[in-house]
Amino acid sequence: MLQSILDHYNYWIAIFLMMAGFYIVVARGNLVKKLVGLNIFQTSVFLLYITMGKVTNGTAPILDSRFQVYSNPIPHVLILTAIVVGIATTALGLALVVRIRESYGTIEEDELDLADGET
Amino acid sequence: MNGLITSLLAYLSAHLPALQVVVPLVAAPLCLLAGRAGLAWIIAFTASVAATAIAATLAYLTFHNGVIHYDMGGWAPPWGIEYVVDTANAFILLLVSAIATVVLAFSPASIAKEIRPGSQHLFYCMFILCLTGLLGITVTGDAFNVFVFLEISSLSSYALIALGGQRKALTAAFQYLVMGTIGATFFLIGVGLLYMMTGTLNMADMQARIPALQDSRPVLAAFAFITVGLALKAALFPLHLWLPNAYAYAPSAVSAFLAATATKVSLYVLLRFTFTIFGAKFAFLDLPLHWALLAPAVIAMFAGSFTAIFQRDIKRMLAYSSIAQIGYITLAISLASSAGIAAALIHIFNHGLIKAALFCAMGCIFYRIGSTRIENMAGLGQQMPWTMTAIIIAGLSLLGVPLTAGFISKWYLVQATLQADLWWLVLLIALSSMLALVYVWRLVETMYFKDPPPGREAAGEAPLSMLLPTLLLAGANIYFGLDTRLPVSMAESAAALLLRGQLP
Repeated sequence: MLQSILDHYNYWIAIFLMMAGFYIVVARGNLVKKLVGLNIFQTSVFLLYITMGKVTNGTAPILDSRFQVYSNPIPHVLILTAIVVGIATTALGLALVVRIRESYGTIEEDELDLADGET
Repeated sequence: MNGLITSLLAYLSAHLPALQVVVPLVAAPLCLLAGRAGLAWIIAFTASVAATAIAATLAYLTFHNGVIHYDMGGWAPPWGIEYVVDTANAFILLLVSAIATVVLAFSPASIAKEIRPGSQHLFYCMFILCLTGLLGITVTGDAFNVFVFLEISSLSSYALIALGGQRKALTAAFQYLVMGTIGATFFLIGVGLLYMMTGTLNMADMQARIPALQDSRPVLAAFAFITVGLALKAALFPLHLWLPNAYAYAPSAVSAFLAATATKVSLYVLLRFTFTIFGAKFAFLDLPLHWALLAPAVIAMFAGSFTAIFQRDIKRMLAYSSIAQIGYITLAISLASSAGIAAALIHIFNHGLIKAALFCAMGCIFYRIGSTRIENMAGLGQQMPWTMTAIIIAGLSLLGVPLTAGFISKWYLVQATLQADLWWLVLLIALSSMLALVYVWRLVETMYFKDPPPGREAAGEAPLSMLLPTLLLAGANIYFGLDTRLPVSMAESAAALLLRGQLP
């Protein structure tokens, strides 16, 4: 039982980060903190993909006569794309936060709701 | 010379599935470089007309000659990304690109009013990029590629919504960004788990390998993640919270485009994953997807329509009405019969026409009176008769009155429901349509039978460049209510293809 939990430690890390990130997104009212939470949430999925590509005793996937077992490079390549998407999302989110701050003067969710309720 | 043209045409027609995405994709940076609104519009409009022509050709070819497979970059699947066009996605491609073209024709005057001059070319850049994403999601036969295009369309739609005039557009866009990213990430987790188990990203290969893995936990988890992620993007109740503000505060042209296409494409992906990849037997017999979709669908039908009745802002009212309409579509999907899938696809098409027409009409009204709040619209019926005609036609279509496209939707929906022996659902469909009657009537009553508020100048019609596309969309609602050959034959062929005789 314990061994099986320890053997899958990469998944536990991914799940922990995923839940932590998700919690920050839901529970924090500060828009920048929400974005940070979103980032942690996405990063956990990156880890899930990257660790999935590891083959036990496999080397880096560079053809060489001395090695027979290679790790799977495809998940890494996929996650490269997802990282770019994550950066774009963060950049766009931060740009929105800047504009929100300019027009509302705050980036706290409850104060934003209050400001919208009055207008 | 003739030989050159012939060989060029042969070359182009061999690459139609790629061009469907590449043409708008190339147009997007060109719009950015154009730097001026007029030039950017010409580029975007040309690309969108080309995309519509390509989609129409693809729809014709798939309908008559069967499925088209295209290896991106000449790399054979499963190593390369494969584009697969069949009647199901050709139908959606046609809807998305045609709506984009009409909305782009509508845009210049509307955008000139709603977006400050310096950023108008950016609007066209984002718009055409969003179109690229939506077309890409639809045309691809690769599960990870769906995620990439999903994010292209999502990121550009967040930016489009943020272009709205009021500051609430910013918070609406931010809220959509957070929820949309969670949805897309859920989808990504699902695809990752599927890849882990099947070792492939190609949809056809996944379909072949999943039956052997049906009982494995990761496949079950993948199914759950993908369904929830897509339901979030499709704004299926109770994951619809991002939608009302996003549609209400976006520029009119953006609301019209997104309401008619964005959620529909997510529903298409849901259909594709449920029926083609996981298989109807897995989703509906081994797992309770029927109830998991039916219950939120019924709640959406009532909650959406009911909330719509109390909205003062008509764009927001239409947004809530969209949530209800998405309920009808998911209800049809939950029946998991060929009649049900056909009804879902027909309603995807018809609802696209209805909502595009209504949001364009709201754009016309906003152009003249600078507001879409109901109290400001009193007495507009006499002042903007043609816009009102469009609203009434599209409104009747929304209710499902005979001779309109909406009636065809309801007809097939009710037939599919009766075929499944769910007569009480027919009752619920009729009841919720009554709620739609209430909010459509409220609008008509205000505009025709109330006096204009004092102090408002007499508003004329919006410019022809806005009015004609709006009337065209309204006219399409009547046309497809009379001549149903295109949507019905495409949808029925698509339903047979998606279901593949998997369920009795």
